[in-house]
This record gives sequence, structure tokens and C-alpha cells, in this order.
Amino acid sequence: MAPHDLRRPFKRAAISDQQKRRDLSLLRQAQNRRDAQQQARCLASSILSLQSSAPESEPEQSDIEIETEHDSEDLSKDLDVRRASKLRGPEVRKWFARQLMLPEWMIDVPDRLSQDWYVLARPAGKRCFVVSSNGTTVSRQRNGSILHYFPSALPAGAKTRDGSGSAQSYCILDCIFHESDQTYYVIDMVCWNGYSLYDCTAEFRFYWLNSKLEESGACNVPSHYHKFRFSAVPVYNCDQSGLYAAYSGAVPYVKDGLLFYNKHAHYQSGNTPLVLVWKDETCSQYVIDTDGKGEIPSQQQVVLELQDGRKLVTSDDPPVIFCCLDGDIIEKSGLQSGNLLRFAIGHGGLSFVDGKLENADLIYLGKSNRARAFADSYSKVIFQFMVRHSPLKIDDLLASINSPDDQEKVPIDIEMVG
Amino acid sequence: MQLEPRVQLQIRVFFFFLRFLSPITSVLFGRSFPIGERNIMAMEVTQVLLNAQSIDGAVRKNAEESLKQFQEQNLPVFLVSLSGELANEEKPVETRKLAGLVLKNALDAKEQHRKFELVQRWLSLDSNAKSQIKACLLKTLTSPVSDARSTASQVIAKVAGIELPHKQWPELIGSLLSNIHQLPAHAKQATLETLGYLCEEVSPDVVDQDQVNKILTAVVQGMSSSEGNIDVRLAATTALYNALGFAQANFSNDMERDYIMRVVCEATLSPEVRIRQAAFECLVSISSTYYEKLAPYIQDIFNITAKAVKEDEEPVALQAIEFWSSICDEEIDILEEYGGDFAGDSDIPCFYFIKQALPALVPMLLETLLKQEEDQDQDEGAWNIAMAGGTCLGLVARTVGDDIVPLVVPFIEENISKPDWRQREGATYAFGSILEGPSPEKLIPLVNVALTFMLSALTKDPSSHVKDTTAWTLGRIFEFLHGSVVDSPIISQANCQQIVTVLLQSMKDTPNVAEKACGALYFLAQGYEEMGPSSPLTPFFQEIVQSLLTVTHREDAVESRLRTAAYETLNEVVRCSTDETAPLVLQLVPVIMMELHNTLEGQKLSSDEREKQGELQGLLCGCLQVIIQKLGSSETTKYVFMQYADQIMGLFLRVFACRSATVHEEAMLAIGALAYATGADFAKYMPEFYRYLEMGLQNFEEYQVCAVTVGVVGDISRALEEKIVPYCDGIMTQLLKNLSSNQLHRSVKPPIFSCFGDIALAVGEYFEKYLMWAMSALQSAAELSTHIAGDDELVEYTNSLRNGILEAYSGIFQGFKNSPKTQLLIPYAPHILQFLDGIYMEKDMDDVVMKTAIGVLGDLADTLGSHAGSMIQQSVSSKDFLNECLSSEDLVIKESAEWAKLAIGRAISV
Repeated sequence: MAPHDLRRPFKRAAISDQQKRRDLSLLRQAQNRRDAQQQARCLASSILSLQSSAPESEPEQSDIEIETEHDSEDLSKDLDVRRASKLRGPEVRKWFARQLMLPEWMIDVPDRLSQDWYVLARPAGKRCFVVSSNGTTVSRQRNGSILHYFPSALPAGAKTRDGSGSAQSYCILDCIFHESDQTYYVIDMVCWNGYSLYDCTAEFRFYWLNSKLEESGACNVPSHYHKFRFSAVPVYNCDQSGLYAAYSGAVPYVKDGLLFYNKHAHYQSGNTPLVLVWKDETCSQYVIDTDGKGEIPSQQQVVLELQDGRKLVTSDDPPVIFCCLDGDIIEKSGLQSGNLLRFAIGHGGLSFVDGKLENADLIYLGKSNRARAFADSYSKVIFQFMVRHSPLKIDDLLASINSPDDQEKVPIDIEMVG
Repeated sequence: MQLEPRVQLQIRVFFFFLRFLSPITSVLFGRSFPIGERNIMAMEVTQVLLNAQSIDGAVRKNAEESLKQFQEQNLPVFLVSLSGELANEEKPVETRKLAGLVLKNALDAKEQHRKFELVQRWLSLDSNAKSQIKACLLKTLTSPVSDARSTASQVIAKVAGIELPHKQWPELIGSLLSNIHQLPAHAKQATLETLGYLCEEVSPDVVDQDQVNKILTAVVQGMSSSEGNIDVRLAATTALYNALGFAQANFSNDMERDYIMRVVCEATLSPEVRIRQAAFECLVSISSTYYEKLAPYIQDIFNITAKAVKEDEEPVALQAIEFWSSICDEEIDILEEYGGDFAGDSDIPCFYFIKQALPALVPMLLETLLKQEEDQDQDEGAWNIAMAGGTCLGLVARTVGDDIVPLVVPFIEENISKPDWRQREGATYAFGSILEGPSPEKLIPLVNVALTFMLSALTKDPSSHVKDTTAWTLGRIFEFLHGSVVDSPIISQANCQQIVTVLLQSMKDTPNVAEKACGALYFLAQGYEEMGPSSPLTPFFQEIVQSLLTVTHREDAVESRLRTAAYETLNEVVRCSTDETAPLVLQLVPVIMMELHNTLEGQKLSSDEREKQGELQGLLCGCLQVIIQKLGSSETTKYVFMQYADQIMGLFLRVFACRSATVHEEAMLAIGALAYATGADFAKYMPEFYRYLEMGLQNFEEYQVCAVTVGVVGDISRALEEKIVPYCDGIMTQLLKNLSSNQLHRSVKPPIFSCFGDIALAVGEYFEKYLMWAMSALQSAAELSTHIAGDDELVEYTNSLRNGILEAYSGIFQGFKNSPKTQLLIPYAPHILQFLDGIYMEKDMDDVVMKTAIGVLGDLADTLGSHAGSMIQQSVSSKDFLNECLSSEDLVIKESAEWAKLAIGRAISV
């Protein structure tokens, strides 16, 4: 029974620096372990497949212009978004251009609109991908060109002191930049803080978008570290009241039609029938396509791609063949396979049999603007054709939505009002 | 004489083994005698025990060797012989004592694994031998030789400590107590002492309440004034100290508690000082064990302690002060835990004893402050009434906060300028003591007045005592009232310069004063840690660093741990430095490297010099570690720092080479920081470094070193990634060995599991080689750690084990992701899900485990995808646990849960 020692620490700081060094080391190791884990979790889930040529690029080579002439067959590599966002030159433009999910035009009303679809009023402006990583934010337009290069409150979007610019995290948002209030309206969320949402349903992406965007402070008014405001767009279940709210409700931006999202659809690059766009004069200033001067041409114009065998096709996958081009035009104008060509639709118009395009009266106008990356999609051509002849009206949409009785039975999904 | 066959056999065996003894031992063990029929024969050990205490080293060594051989060759006879020696009244006292001691050492050891072995060995010992030994031990308690009795007491307690938890020796307590009243005083004393040791040795839950009652009755009766013999009373009082932990039920019974408390309080008034001291020790123990039962007695206890503090001899007075310090400890814990809110949910309410006693307690303590000893600051081991009183005053301040300030301020004002150094020192110490606890609002006005006075006293006071305490008080001011926690800063542009100047000047004072000045500077720097890009210390940075380095070179720097304090302060100054001074920190690198280089020059050091060298190398490696971590945290400084990497690593390797069998913990820690800063380039150091890494992993004795090395393996894995592959075989083999060793401290095992994760993440599918072994180790640990049964410490350990296991799973899953070998993991998934479900169902995981666990669920889904879809859907974790985490208040848990939800969503949708 040893007498217990009474002595207490006297005039000694309670801390031991050696213990502090040990603790700080452990802390650093734990943090590094978390970072490594986090990076592993994010990295692999964000790898996007490059369908065409994709030169492998090391981050440190990012300043070098990537050459486009690569043997694309052998180098079918995966490239992750953060690396891609550092690429320069036409390759990256092409790459980004392929990453956006492009809505088809609504040429008939899908079934179960009120159960399976969301509707939102599309802001007018420049469609772009906003990528935040490594402390900067870059917005790229549909054709891949950079719109802005700026700091933002998105995760990893600015070099702030709190270290939110950590290398592991990044975001990719599908946005429309609305010029008059200088705001990025977020219409979809592709990656958030390193987590990929590609394989998630629209339902989940919108839920995520609404909870995360606000939390991040990206919706705050612009400041030194946050140059542009971001805003979510109100998303409604596409029942009668939702559709009506999207169609005629007041929003802080200029509307350009309505977007319909199938709730179960994943984010998918390129054209998809699971997202649809529809517009009329009430909800859009640009219902009928304008020409280069902003005027409505007397005849509908379409851009189609010339393929082998003189076929003129749309940008759809698989492409829809419109017709075949005369051999002499090809020779006379020196056209090659892959060229995008502009046509007017003549008086013969388009004719359909069993809902399928049977014949098109096309008048060759010339090569399309160099800035164009794609031909028109089939649905766009048809929508524009219908607008000029027998448009799909809002009443048709409302009418197709089930009777109120049916709606009672529909399980109510999350009501999101941004 | 006709012997029974079994005894004959034993004798034959014994003679058989005797033939193998060396000539010396056969001489020593030449005479044998039987203790009785059916008994094991004891051997004559007196001579060898005498030899074992011989002043002749060679004789001693021989004797020790013989004892060792005897023990190895026939343990039962060995132990029986020792107990026989102890019990034999004809033997010399010194061999009886040594016999008892050797016996005791055969039952218990400090090292956990050795202790476990000895316990198992005793339990499996021949039962005849055990009962013979016990009989000898009990018999010795009545010996007239006090040393023999006392030794037997301790050995009995050790045997009880092994046997009672196994429900063996049930008659022990009964037989000790059976005739205690008839015993002569010396046997009574030995019996009470045995009960005391026994209570110290065994845990209360293995003794029936009935027996506890008997023990307490005997002990308390032995303490009471009706017991005439002082030794018996003292033994009883000391025994009560150990038995208090058994008295839960008795303290809940008002009558019994009143009786015990009355007897203890009476004993504090005994004419015998040792009894008074032992009685106060009981009071101190009661204050923490039965805090909630003290209310009826606290007034009386105050009177008793106040009298003791004022008048009694120092050992008693110190215990009396300790009583109040201990009450403060209790109330601080309660108040911290419940934040002053006792609305029903707290086990023990705060009785505010300190607050109530405050008006009388504080003057009593202040009075003690003036009883300083000369030179107490130079004496490491000093502990006197002034020190105890001041320490208690500090605890009182933490307990009551603002209320103490008006009670102490008049004392400070009255004494701070008196000619007698004791008064000035006492006043300063009182001021320093109350700086933690009261609110800054209350203290800052005082500090603003006092600061200039203190700075002047630190340089001008003629008394070294006063300067020492003044420097310490300044450190406390900076620790508690300086920095981002305080709204109105006490340090301005104007006085910052003066403070730094005074502290640097004071670092040239005597070692103890200089050490306190370093401490004050430590906290001064710390307060500026979160200052942003510019620190008020920037203009003085160079001067501060220079002064600290000068201190480290003082001839007397080893006194008062001055050199350690100087390096620790340098570390903190570097840690809290800003970008502005980064170039200066960089300049420090070659300076510290040169210092480290100099320690490597000495040749043929004595063991004392070697220890000093190791200590200094530790400080220097620690300093380099801090610098590496600082400079490595920003890309620009890291880049410039890297020019030194090769040389630094070279020095660390030489530090390792200085020693033959151990690695230097601080150098290892610093290498971890260097690996992190260097990244993949660290590969070039691996060929030379690897053997030290292995050595560190094999250091079971100094488990801290092993733990640190395990952490460094993690650092290196992350730095090297797949370049670590060539070293993986060795590392993994060693780590698996460590896991299965029962010699390695258990605290190292969770980090080893985490380390599996680090390696798997670094090497990816290459981990396949180790997968089976790692998974099987993980699986058995997972099974063990699913259920926790035990105290808080065990709960904490189990959670750290779970966390390590889960981090391993995470690393393995993420490492295999996107590899064609992913399917190798599928067979393990059911068990892992079962583990997650299991710990979820236990409802006792902490937040860290929760976060890691839900992350593992995500990793499993992420890597296995649709292969695990249905398995995941069937698990509880994927529903209830996930939902619980999703709605967690803890953002980190929530974020992990959201990730898991995503990954699961993908896995089951595909």
C-alpha cells in the first residue's frame, strides 16, 4: 500500500510540446488519410468517357496546347473532368461540347407527364457548364469556349483562406447565364464537391441541387471571392398546377420556354428524349428560329450533316436521314463528308407517314456558320416545322395531364420551389 | 514408512530432475525434508537465498542463476520451498523476506503479458502445492517477526488477486476474520494489513457484500479509539483507505456511513501523526469516491482540515489541503460535464461545497502561500504547503469563477510591494493562480493594471522567487487572456515591444526564471496564431529566434528543463509564424541541421552521455519536424525547403545509426512529416531508411515508437503510392506479426488496421497478395469489437479498434475500385455488412466510428456496384443506419452518409 503521491503539477504548463507534436502529427496523418480516401471516392466516380480522341494529359502539362491529331482508336482513354477543365484548344471545346445533356424538342406529349416529369421555366441566356476546381471557376459554353473565368463560392471555386480550394473537390453545374442580372441559373447538377451525380436520377439531382447550392453560399450576392450570383430555378411536378406555375408564374429572369425532365433519367451527355424543351410566344421571345441577323426567315432553315453516300442527317444518335444531296451540288461546292450544311424547307415542307418522316423539300443554302458544332436534331426540325404550321399549345399539354381524380392517386413527390 | 504411490512418483520425478541440476545447485539443494504426507517436499533454500543477498557479486549471480534454474525445473517444489522458508521461524529474517519477495514476483509482473502468463501458471499449478503454500502464508501472519508477517500479507493479497476472480480460495476472508478479536496485537495488525492489500489487489465485484461487511466491520473496529494498540489502529486506517472502494452499499446506509465517517474524523485527531495522516488520506479518497454523500459532514470536515492546515505537521496539512483540491476536481468535472444544468439528467449533482466554503477557504489558502521554502523553485521534487495551497487556490478559482476575485485582490494589493520577498511572491502567486476560471471581463481590468508592474518586477525584483513566479504569472496571463478568445486585447502595439524585450532579457536570468520566461513567450506566440497574414511578433521574429537559440546553448541549459522549454517555445513561434516570416523560418533550417550534425560528432559516449545526446537529438528532430510541417504546408515555401531534403534525411538516418537497437521516436515523427512534404520523391530514401522502419515496427517495448512508426508507414504509403510496392512484403509481414503479438501494447493495434487501408489505397490491386491475411485479421478483430463489455476506457478502445478496422475496409475497397480484381472482394462483403449492422445495433459507437462506418458502406457499394446490390439492400445499415446518419447534426457524418446514399443508389439501380 504505497502512500499515494500528493504532488500536483506546479507552475507547469499543462501541455507537453512533445505530446503536442505527436498529436499534431496524428492529426495531419488523419487529415491526409481522409483526403486520400475522399480523393479516391471522388476520382473514380467522376471519370467520364471520352468518346472520340482523348490525349492523356498530365496536369502539369496543362498549359501546352493539346494537339488534335492523335490516333484516336488506340487512345480511347478516360479523362476526368478536372483535367479536362485544364485542357486548351479545340480538343477541349469538342470534349465539353459533348458533355452537356441536350433536350429534345417536344413534338408530342409524353405519357404520364404528371407522374414522371418535372417542369421548369428555362431562363433565357447562354447554356454553359460551370466547373469549379482548384480555387477557380470556369464557365464553358455549349461549343466549349470559355465564357467566364472567375472566383465563386462553389466548393473549390475560389482561393480562400479556409482552404475550400482543396485539390480534391470540384463541381460541375449545368447552367444558363442570364445576362441582364448577371446570374448563373443552375438547371442541373452534374458533380458536387467531388461527388459525381451522373448516375443519379433527376429527382435526386434536383434534391441535391436545392439543398447544396444554397448551403454553399453560391446564391449570395457577389463579393470579392464570389463574382457571380448563382440561383436555382424553381422545379415543379408536372401536374396541372405545376405546369401552370412554370408557364405563367413570375420569375426573376426572362423565360425561354419550358424544360421537362423525366424524374428517373440519369444525366446523359448529348441528346436525350428524357429531357424535353417546349415553347410558345407567351413563355419565350424566340419561338421561331432567327437567322444570323436576328430576323425570322420566311422559310424554316435547318442545318444537317453531310455523310458518306450523300446522306443528310441530323445530330441524333443514331442520326435520322433526311434525304440525299445531289451529286453536282457536292462537286460544285467542294463539299466533304462531315460538313454541316444549311438548307431552307421549301413549299413542299415535310411529309410524314405513320409519324415517320417520309419526305423533305430541302433547298441548299450553303455551308453553315463555322461556330456550329452540330447539325440540328430531328426533334428541333420537327418542332420548328410544327410551330410554323400546327403548334403544340399549352392547352394541349394541360389537357393531356390526367384528370384531377387521377392525380389524387399519384404519390406526391418532393415539391421543390427553389 | 509406506508412501502412497502418487507421492512415490513425485519423489521419483523430483530425483530424476535433480540429476540435471548443476553441481552447485545439487550442493545447495542437498538436504530435503517432507512437510507431511501427500505433500510436496520442500527443498532447503536458505543458503541460496543468503547467497542471493551476498555482497560478493559472483556469489550473488550464481545464487540468482540457481534460483532461476530451480524455478524453471520444478515450479511446485520451488514455490513450496519458498513459502516454507517464509513460514519457518527458525530461519533468518532476511532469507524469509527474500523468499516472500521471490514468491511474490512469481505471481505478478508489471508487464501486462508477463502478468497474464504468471496468472495462468499459478492457476494451473498442482493444487496440493497451492494449498501448502497458502497454509504457510496464513501461518506466517502470526509470526512474531514483523517483516515476515508483512511480506506474507502482500503475497496472500497477490494469490487472492489471482484466485478470487476465479471463485477459488473462498474461505480466505472468513479464515482471516474468524478469530481476529482473540488475536494478539501483532497478528491482528498483520491481518488488517492483509485485508488492506487484498482490497487493493482485487476488484470489488469479486467479493460478496456479506464478506465486504465483515471486512469493513473488522477494519473500522480496528480504527476506533477503543483499540488500544497504535500499530493496529494504523494498519486498520490504512486498510480502510483501500477498502473504501468496496463500501458502496455501506455508504448508502445512513447509519453505517455515519459510523465510518465518525471513526475516520476521530482518527484525524489521533495523537499519532501517522494515524492522522492515514485518516486524512481516507478523507481525500472519500471526497472523490463518495462526493455526493458528503453534505452532512462537510462543515465538520472543514473545521478539521482548517485546524490541520494551520497547526499540524506538514504531511498531515498537505493531506488536509488535498481534500479541498479533490473536492474542486469533483465539482469542476461535474460543472464541465453538465454545464451547470442538473435538471434531472446528471448522476451526481453539484453541491457547491467550494462556493459555500469560499469565505473561509480562501483566507485559509492565502495564509499558506506565505509559507514558502527557500529554493523551492530549484528543487524538482519539492512539494510543500505553500505549493499545495497555491495549487488548491487555482482549482478553487476554476470551480467558482468570478466569486474568488474580490476575496483575493485585497491580499494581492496588501502584499505585492512589501519588503519581505515571501509577501511579494505570495501575492504574485495568488494573482497567477486565479487567472484561469474567472471571466475575462472580471480579470482584464486587473491585468491591465498589473501588467506594467509585472514586467518591471520580472527584471528588477531582487528575489529570484518573485521573478520566477512573475514570469509564470505572465505566462498564465498570455495563456488565458490573450488571443482570439478575448474581445479586448491586453496587448497593444505599444506594450508588445516592451513585453518581448522583458521576456528576452529574462531568458538570461537563472535557469528556472529563464524557463518560465520561455513559457510566457510560448503562450504569447500562441495567442497570435490565428492572426491572419500579419503577426505583431513579425518585427521581433529574428530577435526572438536568436535569443531562444542562445538559451539552448547556455551551459546551465540542462537545469530546470530550460533547454527543452527553449526548443518548445521555438517550435511554437515557428508554428504560429505567418507568411511574412517564412524566409526567416527557412533560414532556421540549416541552423538546426548544424546543431543536429554536432550531436553526431561525439564518439564513445558513456551511457549517461548517450542519454543526453538522445534527448538533445529528440529536441532537434522535434524542431525540424515542426519546421518541415510549417514549410511543407504552402507550395512556395515547400519548393524552397526541398533543397534541404536530402541533407535532412541524411541526418535523420545518422541519428538512427547512433543507436544499436532502438529508433528515435522524434526522428521517426520528423521523417513522417518529410515524407508528406516530399511526396513520391521519398522513394529515393527508402533503400536506406527501410531497415529503421522495420526496426521501429518491431519495437514492442517502447510502444509509442512502434505507434509512431505505424503512422509513418501511412505517410509513406500516401507519399509513394505504388512505389511502396517493393517494401510491402516486409511491412505487411511485420504488421501482421504485430497484430498477433500479445506483447505489443493494444493501443497500437487500431492504427495498424488503419495502416492496412493506407497501403491498400496506395498500391491498389497489388494488395491482392495480402488480401486473405489482412481480411482474416480484420474479420476476427471485427467480431471481437462488435460487442463492448466494460468500462469507459474499454468502450473508447473498442471504438478506436472499430475505426481502424473500418478505415482498413475503406482503403481496401477504394484501392480495388475500377480494377478487374474487384470481384475478389465480393466474398468478404457479407461479413463486412454484418459487422456494420452489428455495431449499428449495439448503439454505442462514437461519432468518428459512425462517420467511418457509413463511409465503408458507401465504399462497398461504390466498388462492388451491382454485385452487392441485393446484399446491401438486405442490410439494416443501408436503411436505418443510413437514415440516422443522413439526419445527423454532425456535418461530417452527414456528408459521408450522402456519399454512401449516392453510391448505394448507383449500386442498386444498375
